[in-house]
Amino acid sequence: MLKLNNISYSVGDIQILKNINLEIDERFVAITGPNGSGKSTLAKIISGIIKQTEGQILLDGIDISDMSITERANLGISFAFQQPVRFKGITVKDLISLAAGEKLSAAAACQYLSEVGLCARDYIDREVDASLSGGELKRIEIAMINARGTKISVFDEPEAGIDLWSFNNLIKVFEKMHQRTNGSILIISHQERILNIADKIVLLKEGTVDAIGTKDEILPMILHQNSGCRFTKEGV
Amino acid sequence: MLSKIEQNLLKETTGIHEVPQGAYSLRINGKLEGKNSSENIEIVSKEDKPGIDIYIKPGTKNESVHLPVLLSSTGLKELVYNDFHIGEDCDVTIVAGCGIHNSGEKDSEHSGVHSFYVGKNAKLKYIEKHYGDGNGQGKRLMNPVTHIELDSNAYMEMETAQIKGVDNTVRTTTAIIEDGATLVVGEKIMTHNDQYAETRFEVDLKGENSGAHVVSRSVARDSSKQLFLSKICGNNACSGHTECDAIIMDNASVSAIPEILANHIDAQLIHEAAIGKIAGEQLIKLMTLGLTEKEAEEEIINGFLK
Repeated sequence: MLKLNNISYSVGDIQILKNINLEIDERFVAITGPNGSGKSTLAKIISGIIKQTEGQILLDGIDISDMSITERANLGISFAFQQPVRFKGITVKDLISLAAGEKLSAAAACQYLSEVGLCARDYIDREVDASLSGGELKRIEIAMINARGTKISVFDEPEAGIDLWSFNNLIKVFEKMHQRTNGSILIISHQERILNIADKIVLLKEGTVDAIGTKDEILPMILHQNSGCRFTKEGV
Repeated sequence: MLSKIEQNLLKETTGIHEVPQGAYSLRINGKLEGKNSSENIEIVSKEDKPGIDIYIKPGTKNESVHLPVLLSSTGLKELVYNDFHIGEDCDVTIVAGCGIHNSGEKDSEHSGVHSFYVGKNAKLKYIEKHYGDGNGQGKRLMNPVTHIELDSNAYMEMETAQIKGVDNTVRTTTAIIEDGATLVVGEKIMTHNDQYAETRFEVDLKGENSGAHVVSRSVARDSSKQLFLSKICGNNACSGHTECDAIIMDNASVSAIPEILANHIDAQLIHEAAIGKIAGEQLIKLMTLGLTEKEAEEEIINGFLK
């Protein structure tokens, strides 16, 4: 279980997160909220990329608040970037092997790629560079998280920059992950169809937790409000 | 019988452990230790100067030649001339490598002057690896000069790598490309400590529809210095591309000077050069997979130079 106690984060005088208290134990938890509400910042604080200014993070009772990215990763936290990183010379198979923590056979690496809907043989030896499209990179990013198979998998807006066709496939991938995961999936998203899969939805607003509940409780609230935030249906 | 040091140099430069099979020439400490010709590949020692002539019969396919040069005694300096005559319609691979082990006080130097005459419609892959080790004060120096002439519709791929241990190098490559012929160069360099590496390419796209791609990837660590100079001259309807991509670390210095010169209305030439440190997001991504910052750095460099 991941527990956040009074997490706050400020840059200079600007407070981005204020006293966030959360428990994440369900299989699939979505964090949503308007742009600028602090969602991505919170995801980065959990994975150690950004350090909170105040508060405490516990993973299965262990205080990880001061741990590095590497230490957290080895304890069981994975992080999928909103904008996947490109590498010159490093192949898809190299990255998935690094994620799995062992040198994978081509067959094993292909298995992870097939799960995210990529025709594995076409991709396994390709470099993770600018020759791959945004949608392909996103799926490889997800394949890496699956290969790690950690307790907590954090996804920062996996739908960002994805076309409609890829989005429908992405939803299927997350539905499958929801069924199979042995840990918790924590996903930052604006998409109703992703929120629909969630066991629990956390609504962030102006750096604070505005509401927590099931999708039946939270979705009507956010779909009927006119706060200017971009909640959209069906990947539009 | 090769010593342990020589075996290691051989492995690092050509990927083989013992005296090669088939056509080869093995040079150790300034002397020709052995050579072997095959039915289609003849290796002849030069009489007027150190070096060999390699003649590959027209139409030879899927054959290779290994030419390792190993230096393990300190203070040795040599200049060797190797000329490669590749017949028409060949499809062959040439693997050359130079390894210097210097554990003494004096400088050791090997400079090879290689000339390639590639016949019409022939296809050549040339792989050249330079490696140095040994913990003596004496420097390990290599100054290869490569001259390439590609006859019409010939294709040559040249892969060069200098990954470790060469203290000072000036690599000079010149090429003349005839009608329909293409030269593809991929260079990998890593320097560390106080090393210096300079590479100079000058390609004359002489023939109609000739082409050249010269791509260099390098990593400069510690206080090492690198200079990359590449000039592609389009003297006919042709296409040329030169690219230098460098990762800079620590207190290193890298200078990239690509030059393109068009002397023909249908010459299409492109140059690209980029120098920068390892992107922070690349390090973070690999750290989220459980690697330490140091391990992530090595992984990124190894991939970049792969």
